[in-house]
Amino acid sequence: CLPPSLSLCLSLSPPADIISTVEFNHTGELLATGDKGGRVVIFQREPESKTEPFSQGEYNVYSTFQSHEPEFDYLKSLEIEEKINKIRWLPQQNAAHFLLSTNDKTIKLWKVPVLKPMDLMVEVSPRRVFANAHTYHVNSISVNSDYETYMSADDLRINLWHLDITDRSFNIVDIKPANMEDLTEVITAAEFHPHHCNLFVYSSSKGTLRLCDMREAALCDKHSKLFEEPEDPSARSFFSEIISSVSDVKFSHSGRYLLTRDYLTAKVWDLNMESKPLETYQVHDYLRSKLCSLYENDCIFDKFECAWNGSDSVIMTGAYNNFFRMFDRNTKRDVTLEASRESSKPRAVLKPRRVCAAGGKRRKDDISVDSLDFTKKILHTAWHPSENIIAIAATNNLYIFQDKLNSEMH
Amino acid sequence: MAGADGDDSLYPIAVLIDELRNEDVQLRLNSIKKLSTIALALGVERTRTELLPFLTDTIYDEDEVLLALAEQLGNFTMLVGGPEYVHCLLPPLESLATVEETVVRDKAVESLRKISQEHSPVDLEVHFEPLVKRLASGDWFTSRTSACGLFSVCYPRVSSTVKAEIRQHFRTLCSDDTPMVRRAAASKLGEFAKVLELDYVKSDIISLFTALASDEQDSVRLLAVEACVSIATLLPQEDLETLVMPTLRQAAEDKSWRVRYMVADKFSELQKAVGPEITKNDLVPAFQNLLKDCEAEVRAAAANKVKEFCENLPEDSREQIIMTHILPCVKELVSDTNQHVKSALASVIMGLSTILGKDNTIEHLLPLFLAQLKDECPEVRLNIISNLDCVNEVIGIRQLSQSLLPAIVELAEDAKWRVRLAIIEYMPLLAGQLGVEFFDEKLNTLCMAWLIDHVYAIREAATCNLMKLVEKFGAEWAQNTIVPKVLGMANDPNYLHRMTTLFCINALSEACGQDITTKQMLPVVLKMSNDQVANVRFNVAKSLQKIGPVLDSNALQTEVKPVLEKLATDTDMDVKYFAQEAISGTTGSSVLGFLTLSICWPACVQRVFRDKGLKLNNGGHMRMSAKHDLQRRGDFVQENVSAAGVLRQARMLQSLHAAPGFAVNDCLILCCCTVKVT
Repeated sequence: CLPPSLSLCLSLSPPADIISTVEFNHTGELLATGDKGGRVVIFQREPESKTEPFSQGEYNVYSTFQSHEPEFDYLKSLEIEEKINKIRWLPQQNAAHFLLSTNDKTIKLWKVPVLKPMDLMVEVSPRRVFANAHTYHVNSISVNSDYETYMSADDLRINLWHLDITDRSFNIVDIKPANMEDLTEVITAAEFHPHHCNLFVYSSSKGTLRLCDMREAALCDKHSKLFEEPEDPSARSFFSEIISSVSDVKFSHSGRYLLTRDYLTAKVWDLNMESKPLETYQVHDYLRSKLCSLYENDCIFDKFECAWNGSDSVIMTGAYNNFFRMFDRNTKRDVTLEASRESSKPRAVLKPRRVCAAGGKRRKDDISVDSLDFTKKILHTAWHPSENIIAIAATNNLYIFQDKLNSEMH
Repeated sequence: MAGADGDDSLYPIAVLIDELRNEDVQLRLNSIKKLSTIALALGVERTRTELLPFLTDTIYDEDEVLLALAEQLGNFTMLVGGPEYVHCLLPPLESLATVEETVVRDKAVESLRKISQEHSPVDLEVHFEPLVKRLASGDWFTSRTSACGLFSVCYPRVSSTVKAEIRQHFRTLCSDDTPMVRRAAASKLGEFAKVLELDYVKSDIISLFTALASDEQDSVRLLAVEACVSIATLLPQEDLETLVMPTLRQAAEDKSWRVRYMVADKFSELQKAVGPEITKNDLVPAFQNLLKDCEAEVRAAAANKVKEFCENLPEDSREQIIMTHILPCVKELVSDTNQHVKSALASVIMGLSTILGKDNTIEHLLPLFLAQLKDECPEVRLNIISNLDCVNEVIGIRQLSQSLLPAIVELAEDAKWRVRLAIIEYMPLLAGQLGVEFFDEKLNTLCMAWLIDHVYAIREAATCNLMKLVEKFGAEWAQNTIVPKVLGMANDPNYLHRMTTLFCINALSEACGQDITTKQMLPVVLKMSNDQVANVRFNVAKSLQKIGPVLDSNALQTEVKPVLEKLATDTDMDVKYFAQEAISGTTGSSVLGFLTLSICWPACVQRVFRDKGLKLNNGGHMRMSAKHDLQRRGDFVQENVSAAGVLRQARMLQSLHAAPGFAVNDCLILCCCTVKVT
């Protein structure tokens, strides 16, 4: 069921910059954020202490480092932003931890060492730089379950890398048409299956998902499965294609389901059913009537991410006005919560919020659609791999909430 | 040497520690690379009791340094006192075998394998085998993967109880949770099988092999294919069918193309391992399937093996198998949709002609060769041309010349300069096979046209090509055909073409001999010394230096020297420089200038020199000028000098630079680091 009560345990605002990605490691002991300024901040969960019972579960800054610097491509006269697009942790292989971080072009492998008692600080060191393989902007990286390869996806291509080899990668998907004028869709996200090393999925701006099997061919330009929901002709509008673009795709921990996010909904797909999603959840359906103004202020192109909880029973995704949504797949209950300093004090339980659609009946504490702040958007969220702890990036603030019952029980 | 002076013996280790803590990785690295020198200076006992514990404690975090350390320790046996004490090296190597950087672990395992051979059987059981067990049951995969490489080196030399334990450990690792360990185990399976008793190969290895070959991860399965070769070699022929073939058949039809690729890539080895009967019954159809595989990578790998596979077929049925089973597939590959497949085939297909003989080649292969010579992909055509010698032996190249010429001409004019470069490189070979008449008639113009190509690399290659042609066809041919054309270019309005004349002369003078050089080439070169472009003029100076040795002394004195002297007063700085260089070069005096010494100096020596303001370039090489500086003062430190010599020179250096800070210990550092351990 939904976490009964989430309470804020930490709210941090790294100086100046907007958080662009959030990711827990495989045990949940570490949490990494990347920001627009190319920095990565790593938080570590405090071990349980008898003297301060509440400190358990709190995440404190473990290390901060500059992952990417702004660059300039002199051949193409293009500025390359330092913004961290994605962070992925590698499965732990010894005492130290490793993570991959990427900006638009270059992927880097970092070693996060264990803090030794005498050391004053943790010095994260660069191990490998995987550069010069992407012509377009990298939107996803994903580590394979074989523990030796990972992939990186840009708008038109997906490359496969060996973690030890930086000067060579293999192109596994290429949707670039011979003539760029024939371009009708782009790759928006890609991820490896959590257990089957040969399977990966990528989503497109047309709202489709393609599952590919690397065993079949070296270049996976033919998908094994195509997940697509038939369009309802009656609901067709100028915005149909834009709002159906998949902004994120995530395999469930079990590997059986796929969670996708488009502009208005989150969908759960069964790997065994390509014709339509198993479940569709409305994230903020009240915006359907406001698409015009959202198009004008470019909000309609926002890329919201989505996340599974540890047991695949609850999904979470962000919205506007610092709201984020959770849906319980079993009970079909859903909740809207707000991540803000004003409404959430440390260790206070979060109150559910409600948005009242235009013309609807308004209850006390309801917020009207027209008063939503579209500049406060929650695009990046992450869920602890096994516990009810979530990390929410609200522009330049990071909120970590945890289930109060949970922390009291343990 | 250090032992000669009791108190000074501490310096080397002090320096090592100092350097190991230096911020500059290069200095740390250099000091690790000099570890054997330090150990030698300390003597075996102190190396064991002080140096090794120190190293074990300071396993440093920089991969480059660790890699060098892992490598050094593999050669340390004598430095710790010989085989009796070799086990002292195990603790640091054990730590290195668990680090996360693959290359360091691999190097540590390599060194462990090396020193395992220096352990006595008793030490192997008391010290080495427990280490293997610890690694094999380590918490992190890094240590378990390292263990996989150590089983086979200790297994043959331990008691049967320990052998049983080792087998058990290997079995456990083959079913490890992490794919990395299973991959490491799969890659060492063949090697481990080789040291096992045959009964255990049948009972243990086969079941592990079967399990790994059907692992859920294709990266594990494909490594089992490699093991298949070694296992099949070990088993008697009658067991192959039941124990190996089911797995091999399954691998050849695996769902994953990477596994099938591996089968194709290892096909010749597999063929040899399973023998002629199984080859006829099983491998021939399997090979046909691989040649028709739906994945181009697999077809290309199989196409690469066509010649080798056919060569190794049993003689009695070879021709029949090729003609009825292989050739039809090959014919299809000639028009494959993928150019890598076609070019892989083109690189070996010519080899079939020697196997099939003249008649079959003309009837069946020649049409394929001709088709490939017209292929749209230049690489295919190049591969055919580069292997012409095979066909030449069987049917003579004339059969092909009709198609050959257009193919060569097209490649010679290809828009991609790399393609043009590739064909130029085959020219001498072609010229040899086609003969001088055919060459003069058809190819000579091409060779001359390349001299005025707009890409420098092509002009350069064309120059070199001319030299090879002259070596092949002789000076007289050169005089009649190419020399006039080359010299004619000296009047070309384009200065790049005029320079090509000079480059050609540089390349050709030796092959053409004194007569042609003096009478025909020299006047042209001398005349060009008045060229208005400075680049041409300094190339004249360079050319004169180059052809100097071919000329007689009379010409040198009366013709070359005045011109060079004139160029030495040129207004252009470069012309002056090269003219002066040529004057000193042609008159036999030593070449001055900034030659770089090839001696890489030890870090602490570099530091000493740097402190003293001597010139060192970035790579730690000492420049010649610094050498002269020392030489003038009477002596010089060289590589490979004796210890006594070094000491003497160190004292000399000390007297040279009797400045504060340059003390006796610096000299000793210098000594320690310069002595080579041999």
